[in-house]
Amino acid sequence: MGEFEVHRVRFFGLVPAGVRCLACQPRGGRLALARTDGAVEVYNFAANYFQEKVIPGHETRSVEALCWAAGDRLFGAGLSGEITEYDLALLCVARSVDGCGGPIWSMAANSSGTQLAIGCEDGSVKLFQVVPGGIQFERNLDRRKGRILCLSWHPSDTHIAAGSIDFLRVFDVCSGQTVQRIMVNYHVLKVRRECIVWSIAFLSSGTVITSDSFGRVQFWDWQRGTLMESHTVSTSAVLSLAVSEKEDSIIVGTSTGATYQFQLLPVKMGSLEKRWVRTKPFQHHTHDVRAVAHSSTALISGGLDAQLVIRPLMEKMQKKGYDAALRKFTFPHRRLVSCARKARLLLFQFSQHLELWRLGSTDETGKDGEVLPLCRMPEHLVQLKSKGPEHIYCSCVSPCGSWVAYSTASRFHLYRVQYEGDGVSIKKVPKVPKLLLPAYQLQFSSDSGSLFVASARGSVHVLQLLEPGGCKHLHTFRPPSGSPEAVYLLASSADGHWLAAVGGDWAIHIYDLKCFKHHCTVPTYSCAVTALAIHPITNNLVIAYSDQQLFEFSIPEKQYTAWSRMVQNCGLHRVWLERDSPITHITFNPKNPSHILLHDIYMFCVLDKSLPLPDNSALLMNQSTLKQLPETARQRQLHAFKICKKFQPLLFADLLDENCLVMVERPIMDIKTQLPLPIQQKKFGT
Amino acid sequence: MVAPATLRVVRCGGSTLHGARAVFSADSYLLCAAGDFVKMYSVATEETLRVMGGHADLVTGVQLNPHNHMQLYSSSLDGSIKLWDFMDGIPIKTFTVGSKLLALYALASSEDSVFVVIPKSGERDTFQLVSVKLTKAAGQDLEAKELSVVLDGVDASPKRLAFGREGEYVASVKEVNLQVFFFKRKQLNRFSVSAIKTKSGNNHFTCIACHPTEDCIATGHADGKIRLWRNFYHKKDYTFSTLHWHHDTVMDLAFSMEGTSLLSGGVESVLVLWHNESDCQKDFLPRLGSAIEYISMSSDGALCCTLHTDNRITIINSNLRFSKSIQGLIKSTDVKTGLVVDPRTKALVLNGEPGHLQFYCLQSDQQLFSLDIVQRQYIHQAGLNQADLVKVAFSAQGKWLATVEEREEVTDPELQLKLWFFDEETQSFKLNTRINMPHEDHITDMCFREMDELEDDSLILVTAGRDCVFKVWVMVEDTDPEAQQSVSWSCDFVGSYHNYQATNCCFSEDGSLLAVSFEETVTVWDSVTWDLKCTFCHPPGKIRNICFGRLTCSKYLIGATDYGFLCCWNLLSCALEWSAHLNVLVLQPDPLSEHIAAVSWLSKESSLFVFKPNEPRPIYIQRNLCKEKIQLAAFVPRDEPETIGSEKYHWLRRSQLFFLTDTQELMTLSTKSLEERLTPSSKQLAVEESLPVTPFSLLLGKHRRQQSHEDIDLGKLVHNKHKQDSPAVKELLHTPAHVLPSASFLCPIFINSLLISKENKSAEEVADEVEMESEKTEDDSDEERGVTEMEQEDTSAMELLGEMTCKLSKSQEKELRKIRKMDYSWISAF
Repeated sequence: MGEFEVHRVRFFGLVPAGVRCLACQPRGGRLALARTDGAVEVYNFAANYFQEKVIPGHETRSVEALCWAAGDRLFGAGLSGEITEYDLALLCVARSVDGCGGPIWSMAANSSGTQLAIGCEDGSVKLFQVVPGGIQFERNLDRRKGRILCLSWHPSDTHIAAGSIDFLRVFDVCSGQTVQRIMVNYHVLKVRRECIVWSIAFLSSGTVITSDSFGRVQFWDWQRGTLMESHTVSTSAVLSLAVSEKEDSIIVGTSTGATYQFQLLPVKMGSLEKRWVRTKPFQHHTHDVRAVAHSSTALISGGLDAQLVIRPLMEKMQKKGYDAALRKFTFPHRRLVSCARKARLLLFQFSQHLELWRLGSTDETGKDGEVLPLCRMPEHLVQLKSKGPEHIYCSCVSPCGSWVAYSTASRFHLYRVQYEGDGVSIKKVPKVPKLLLPAYQLQFSSDSGSLFVASARGSVHVLQLLEPGGCKHLHTFRPPSGSPEAVYLLASSADGHWLAAVGGDWAIHIYDLKCFKHHCTVPTYSCAVTALAIHPITNNLVIAYSDQQLFEFSIPEKQYTAWSRMVQNCGLHRVWLERDSPITHITFNPKNPSHILLHDIYMFCVLDKSLPLPDNSALLMNQSTLKQLPETARQRQLHAFKICKKFQPLLFADLLDENCLVMVERPIMDIKTQLPLPIQQKKFGT
Repeated sequence: MVAPATLRVVRCGGSTLHGARAVFSADSYLLCAAGDFVKMYSVATEETLRVMGGHADLVTGVQLNPHNHMQLYSSSLDGSIKLWDFMDGIPIKTFTVGSKLLALYALASSEDSVFVVIPKSGERDTFQLVSVKLTKAAGQDLEAKELSVVLDGVDASPKRLAFGREGEYVASVKEVNLQVFFFKRKQLNRFSVSAIKTKSGNNHFTCIACHPTEDCIATGHADGKIRLWRNFYHKKDYTFSTLHWHHDTVMDLAFSMEGTSLLSGGVESVLVLWHNESDCQKDFLPRLGSAIEYISMSSDGALCCTLHTDNRITIINSNLRFSKSIQGLIKSTDVKTGLVVDPRTKALVLNGEPGHLQFYCLQSDQQLFSLDIVQRQYIHQAGLNQADLVKVAFSAQGKWLATVEEREEVTDPELQLKLWFFDEETQSFKLNTRINMPHEDHITDMCFREMDELEDDSLILVTAGRDCVFKVWVMVEDTDPEAQQSVSWSCDFVGSYHNYQATNCCFSEDGSLLAVSFEETVTVWDSVTWDLKCTFCHPPGKIRNICFGRLTCSKYLIGATDYGFLCCWNLLSCALEWSAHLNVLVLQPDPLSEHIAAVSWLSKESSLFVFKPNEPRPIYIQRNLCKEKIQLAAFVPRDEPETIGSEKYHWLRRSQLFFLTDTQELMTLSTKSLEERLTPSSKQLAVEESLPVTPFSLLLGKHRRQQSHEDIDLGKLVHNKHKQDSPAVKELLHTPAHVLPSASFLCPIFINSLLISKENKSAEEVADEVEMESEKTEDDSDEERGVTEMEQEDTSAMELLGEMTCKLSKSQEKELRKIRKMDYSWISAF
């Protein structure tokens, strides 16, 4: 594998925000997720649950409910009282409309996606018409006291069930009248505590399912107003509920972090009598499960512990593959860390500030596995706070360490950092060129002479950096055929000749920086690009896709390399393909041109192109077994993938110089200590 | 006369009650397998009503005949299925299958066949479920050879197979696999759970139960989880939910009759009732004493019973209330105390629950009571050293009990000697003296001086310890005025011999001599002056057992060495009388005769030798007594000497020899042939009081009772004319009813007064005789097991009374005697 001196960085204090709500696109392959800090993310099922789009949050814009309407339009509503429509191409808020009912707690779209219903603090349910270019207020339904915490449309769009505190109501959409009002706390006898209906679902059979703060999941006949079944699943609240499209399975999430599946099963073989049965419990979360979703093949849950868990339903799987793997996403699928190799600096991106750190150093050497004592401790140089309520989209530090750039939704900032001995001075570069904002990705050239700004509609701006602190706009690259989507990944070559850019349509365009023209387009592949990099010597572009495939594309020759074709012919190892997290960063070792260094959250891999690929019968993670083998046997066992799982979860890995690596870890336990205490539960044996 | 029957080794009681799930009959009897027998208990009175024997090996399955609820199928390892009329205890039919039967299932839907689990021929440790066609041919013994395999690869345990709703399917679990076979569709579905061992234990299936009305299977797992499987007719869409409370293996599961609740039990000895298959709604019945092995429900759902590993049956009400318990012989892991006979109750005394002493009645196969010796909370935890009872000794009359408990510590054991006094008032033992660390090291033996005729203060206890001394303990008057008792025990003499470890001690029959063995040497001490009288040894080899001869042989001392020698020394000549080469494990003198039983262990079989010390030739040898190693033996005195035809077995006349093997099976020797033993003691039909009471029967019963009262009065009237002069009757009739003694007491007198004595005995004499006999009847009733048959005979008694005339034939007189032996306590109930 090669020996490296590793900087094991654990001072990146990132705490991902908790998941607030989830929305599955009806008949579509996408999942929208909103976090407690107002960020909205879109995951693509087809692209192996890749986090395709991220719309950073906003301080004043909390999201309480998300829904898809009119096909692929995404709406959000929150406690600010506004309904927001998101532009998924430009990754920003397209427009927002005031709901005029105080804070909005819930929102639901009807089955055809033409109408939106919102439930407000003042107890009103309002209907909005989804029209091209926005939404239009349609009418108010019968208003009663008590905030509407949850809403659900009947699949025929004729009725709406709304859950409130202590009761649920059913509205007739045509007349706007309340046609049924059911008290839900009826069966709790001793002490009258208010029963909060946290979540509601209206089935086409007329059954209304509620989940409440007493830990019950109840099935009601709305027409008679009677309770049909009641299942107590938890001693604490059941916060969320989602129904499958076929209405034969539901998933509920509780505040203890457990999720349960209920299935509608026939009581006897061949009989028509069916009953809801609680079947599978899952305990993937430690905190409140605030949102659940039921896709056709998986149960999806998101909790306040910031985890998004995708649990495939085995019975719906045709074969065992990467679709059948349990996925847990805690960290974003993109880098939040950038590294100045020469200056040995790390820039950490938080939601509203940046931190610049200098790595520690040591003069000692040691054997494999030894921890070396530091002669200089890592140093926190600068904290840059972003002004305003907007969250940061992207950031970058130049390889020489003297430039730092970041962008929010409406502003772009470039700073000149100067080091005088131990002191650091930072100066904002005035008069940055007016660009189409926001910037989705920033990348400095390897000689720190220019900055590439990924922008909307597939365009990439090239800014020239001027000493002692200025910049000017050189050129804007645009894809020849045009593209509506924003560029989200950039890679520049070490010799400053090439620039590769990936847009939301997953097309990779390569531009020639010498003559500022479009060079070529990499043949399109039906999956999202998760990372790409240009080899410093051969100028081969290495691309990692979300289905874990790896490609190598020779830029000068405008075709895939022989090695890449060989990989496609042989196929990658099964275990490699079944990994559940995408490759987020690729780098190279100039000393060993055949080595490609790549990493995801759970592993760091040195891919040696000179060695044969492993076949499915070989052990993929064989480093520990190799160590025990004698030299001759080891030679036979060697294969291209050299995987190290020592550093987990790995947010960033980069090569500083030939034999020095930096690994940025964020231990889950450190995040857990930042979270509020979970619900105390007696655990047997403790 | 027929040839003398040979001695047979028979299992006598104490056998495990948890060989198979117990079955409730429709009229609330409980039927369960106990060793080679099927036992029938009354649920209302917890009494053993009937023992049905006939199988030659362990009974493995008990099932009611689904088409006749008065009949019972039982299967056994001997390869036969028996159909019983359990009300009469009569075997109706015996079907011989041939191979070992490991479990039995009877289904209502299969008309003439039952299902059994048999080993697959040709393969070891694989079993299959087969259905056996029970032919309807006439005759008692039938061959059932029509077998058809239903399911392969099932587990041997009867808990791991269950039939589903209305016999539509059969489900079986083995290791991590569940297979369900649908009879109608001939479809076999297999499911499995992941075999990965988690830190909470493995995932293996341990038991299974099927929902009575729905398609739902409950399975228990070794890690304590219960899974409820549904939709299992789809190979892929099956689903299960999990209930988890048990922290260790789920031992058995049972659905309630309607299927609304599920009962589960495990090693926690807690019965858990799960409502509506919900994880959140459950009820517990804790502190059931020991691990639950089987759970069964009665067909009306009113009762359930749990069978425990310590041989107990607990009957539980439907509202999860403890109702009754039937306790057999508790099998403790190690019987350190040996088999001791309580002189008072003639019960066998040995280790019971941890730290307890159990008194086990051999006649009724039930535990009489359990005495807590250690008096400390027992904590279930692996590797924890618990204080346990190691030695126990009774004084001759059973007035005093000495116990030794120790806590196993490698360096210094914690010892306690306790002396218990039998309190006549409370009829139990009361702690008198507790001596901490009576010896420095383990106590190896302990005995009381057995002198029946001597005064109480001559009672002496001797303990021998590994700390090279023996100590003599005597009772002293307690000088402390605040002491609650008048006497306590203290050490009187400490003897030692050349600093050898004392291993055994024994008093001679008259109590004048004490023999203590010190490793290779036996020392004999005067019990008055504590002088060393003489020593014996038979090198090489340490002394394993010693005992004195009795009665005519009291001048002999017998010793067994671990070099395989049995020696007999003459105490008068102080010389070796004879010796024999025999590897004696157990040396047990009969307290009532001069016979001594020695059990040897040679080349993997135990042999029994019975001899008298005065002749070196054994009077009885039984080679190959049993395959297991015999650990302990005891002679239990018979209540009355048995008439034994053969001279050879004369030594069994006064006492019966019981022995315990290392697999904890209690065996005895019997001269009776198999048939003789198996004939049920009585064949009368017992009509149980606890039959469901209908208003009609109440009404009718009242009427009948009145009638019978009238009958009695009539009888009195008739006889008043004849026997006015009988003082007993006079007294009976002229005393106010509320000061009369209980009717059970008066009844024999009254009935006796009705008799016309042939020899014209005086009334006093008759009364005396009656009293004597009534005592005897009490004794008899102790022995007799079938006490509940009285109800049946009452009516006949009434009839007799009604048609009583002055003249009594001989047969009638006999009949009357029989009646007199009956318990008339029922009269007091009126």
